[in-house]
Amino acid sequence: MEAKPTLPLSELEIAKAKTWRIAWRNMRHSWQLYVLLALPLLWLAVFQYYPMYGAQIAFRDFLPGDSIWEADWVGLENFQRFFQSVMFSKLLINTLGLSLYSLIVGFPIPIVFALSLNQLRPGLFKQSVQMVSYAPYFISTVVLVGMLLQFLDLRHGPVNLLLGALGMDTIHFMGDAKLFQSIYVWSGVWQYTGFNTVIYLAALSSVDPALHEAAVVDGATRLHRIWYIDLPGILPTAITLLILNMGQVINVGFEKVFLMQNPLNTSISEVISTYVYKVGLVGGITNYSYAAAIGLFNSLVGLVLLVAANQLMKKLTDSSLW
Amino acid sequence: MAVKTILHSRSQHHIRESRVDAIFMLINNAILLFIFLAVLYPLVYVFSASFSDPNAVAAGQVWLWPVKITPKAYVRIFEFSRIWTGYANSIFYATVGTFVNVVMTILAAYPLSRKDLFGKNFLLFLFVFSMMFSGGLIPLYITVKQLGLYDTRWALIIPQALSVWNMIIAITYFRTSLPQELLEAAQLDGCNDFQYLWNIVLPLSSPIIAVLSLFYAVGHWNQFFFALIFLANKDLFPLQLILRDILIANTIDPNLLEDAKTMAAKAGLRDLLKFALIIVASGPVLLIYPFVQKYFVKGLMIGAVKG
Repeated sequence: MEAKPTLPLSELEIAKAKTWRIAWRNMRHSWQLYVLLALPLLWLAVFQYYPMYGAQIAFRDFLPGDSIWEADWVGLENFQRFFQSVMFSKLLINTLGLSLYSLIVGFPIPIVFALSLNQLRPGLFKQSVQMVSYAPYFISTVVLVGMLLQFLDLRHGPVNLLLGALGMDTIHFMGDAKLFQSIYVWSGVWQYTGFNTVIYLAALSSVDPALHEAAVVDGATRLHRIWYIDLPGILPTAITLLILNMGQVINVGFEKVFLMQNPLNTSISEVISTYVYKVGLVGGITNYSYAAAIGLFNSLVGLVLLVAANQLMKKLTDSSLW
Repeated sequence: MAVKTILHSRSQHHIRESRVDAIFMLINNAILLFIFLAVLYPLVYVFSASFSDPNAVAAGQVWLWPVKITPKAYVRIFEFSRIWTGYANSIFYATVGTFVNVVMTILAAYPLSRKDLFGKNFLLFLFVFSMMFSGGLIPLYITVKQLGLYDTRWALIIPQALSVWNMIIAITYFRTSLPQELLEAAQLDGCNDFQYLWNIVLPLSSPIIAVLSLFYAVGHWNQFFFALIFLANKDLFPLQLILRDILIANTIDPNLLEDAKTMAAKAGLRDLLKFALIIVASGPVLLIYPFVQKYFVKGLMIGAVKG
C-alpha cells in the first residue's frame, strides 16, 4: 500500500497526506449519499448558480437574440444609468416604504394575537378561532386581490354600499394612490396574522407552567403573568423574526403589488420587483441588461442587509442564523 | 390572631384579583370573537354573494345570507371552457409538481441530515446561500429559455423542483426523529445507505411527507408569478392566470355574456361570476384544509425549532 518516498517527508506533509487520505476514505465510505445528492445538486447548479453566473449580463450590453457571452462589456454603465434615473429614488422609497409599513403593522399584531389566544383553555372556541384565522393563508394572491376589488368596488362593493347607507361619501379605494399602501398592508394582516401566530404559540407552549403556578400563588393577575412570564418567553423568537424581517426590507414580493397595480396608483405602487419585470420582460423594448442590473442591485442590497441583520442579532442575543 | 388576619387579607386579595382576571378574560374573549368574525365575514360574504341574484348583490341587499338564491353563476362557470382547462392544468401542476418536489426534497435532505457525510457543511452552505442571494429574475428567465423549457409545462415544475426552506424543515425532522442507533444497528446488519433510506427512513417519514406535500401543493395551486413569466400558450395556463384575466384584468370572454341584455345586466353577471369563481378556485384548498390542519401546524413547529 505505502509507496516509498524518495525523499524524507516533513511531519507537516505527512499530516497533510493523512488528512487527505482520511477525507478520501470518508467520501468513498458515503458514496451512496453523494449519489442521492446528485440530482438536487445538479438542480442547484442549473437553476441557482448558473443564473448567478448569468447575472454578468448586467455588466454587458446584451440584446435578446444575441449570445450572452459575446455581448460587449460595458462595466457599470447599466448601474450608473439606474442610479441617475428618476426611477431610482422613487423605487427605493416605494419599496422601503411598503415593507417598513408592513413590518411595523404586521410584526406586533401576531404577537398580541398569540398572547391573547394563549389565555384560552383548549376547547371549541379556541379551535374555531385558530382554524378560521389560519384559513386566509391558503387563499391565492390572485383571489385575494380579486376579493379586494369586489369589496372595495366604487359602486357595487359592500364597503362603499355601507358608507352610502350611512350617508357618507363613497371612496374610490383602488383609484387613490394614497390608499394603496394601507390596502396592501391591512389586507396582508387579514391574510397572514393567523399563520404568523403559529410560531409564537409554539414558543408559548414551551414556557414552564411552574412559573405560572408560582405567580398565581403570589397573587399575580393574568395581565401580570402575560407581561412578566409569557412575553419574556417569546421574546427571543420575536427578536429573531424581527431581525430576519429587517434583513428582507428591500424584497417586496412581486405578485400582490403587481396585481394591485393600476394606472392611478403606479406613482406609489411601482417597486423594484415589478419594475424589473416591466423593463426586462414586458413590451416591445425589453432591456435585459438594464433589468438584470436593477435585479442584481436588489440582490446585493438584500444580501448586505441580511448579513448586517445577522451581525446585529449576534451582538444582541448571542444567537445568529449562521 | 395575626395569622388569621393575614389569611383573611390574603383570601380577600385573591378574590379581588380573580375579579380583575374575569374582566380581563371578558375583554380578551370579546376581542378574539371580533377577530374571528372579521376574518370569517369576507369569506361568508363571498359564499353568499355567489349564490345570490346579481341585482341583489349590486344593490347591496346581500349582507350575510344569500338573497334570491340561484345557482346561475355556477352554471355559467361550468359552461366556460377556459376555466376547466385552467383547472385541469392546475391539477396537473399540483400533482406532478408536488411529487417531483417531495422526491427532490428527500433526496437532498436525507444525506445532508447525516452527521457522517463528508463536506456536509459546505454543501449545506451552497443550498442556504441560494436563499440569501440570487442572480435575479432576468438571468433565471434566460436560463429557462436556453434549456428549452420556456412555454412548456415543465417550466412550472423543474425550476421550482426544490424549496431550500422546506429542505431545511426536512433535515430538521430527520435529525430529530431518527435515532443514530437505528442507523448503526442497520449498518451492522449489512444495510447500505440506499436500502436504509428506502426500507427504514421512508416508512418512518410519513408525517414530514404529509407536511411537505401540503406546503408544495398549496404553492403550486396558488402559483401565479412563474406562470406569468414562463408561459405564453393559453392552453397551458393554470387556473390562477385565468382568474387574473377575469377577476382583475376584466378581460372576460364576451360570448359568455351575449344574452345579458343591458350593460347593467352584463356588469352584474360579471360580478356574480367573480364571486362564484373565487369559491370554485379556492374551494379545493379550503375544503382539504381542516383535515390537514394538524399536519400544517406540525410542519410549522418543526420549522420553528430551526428558525
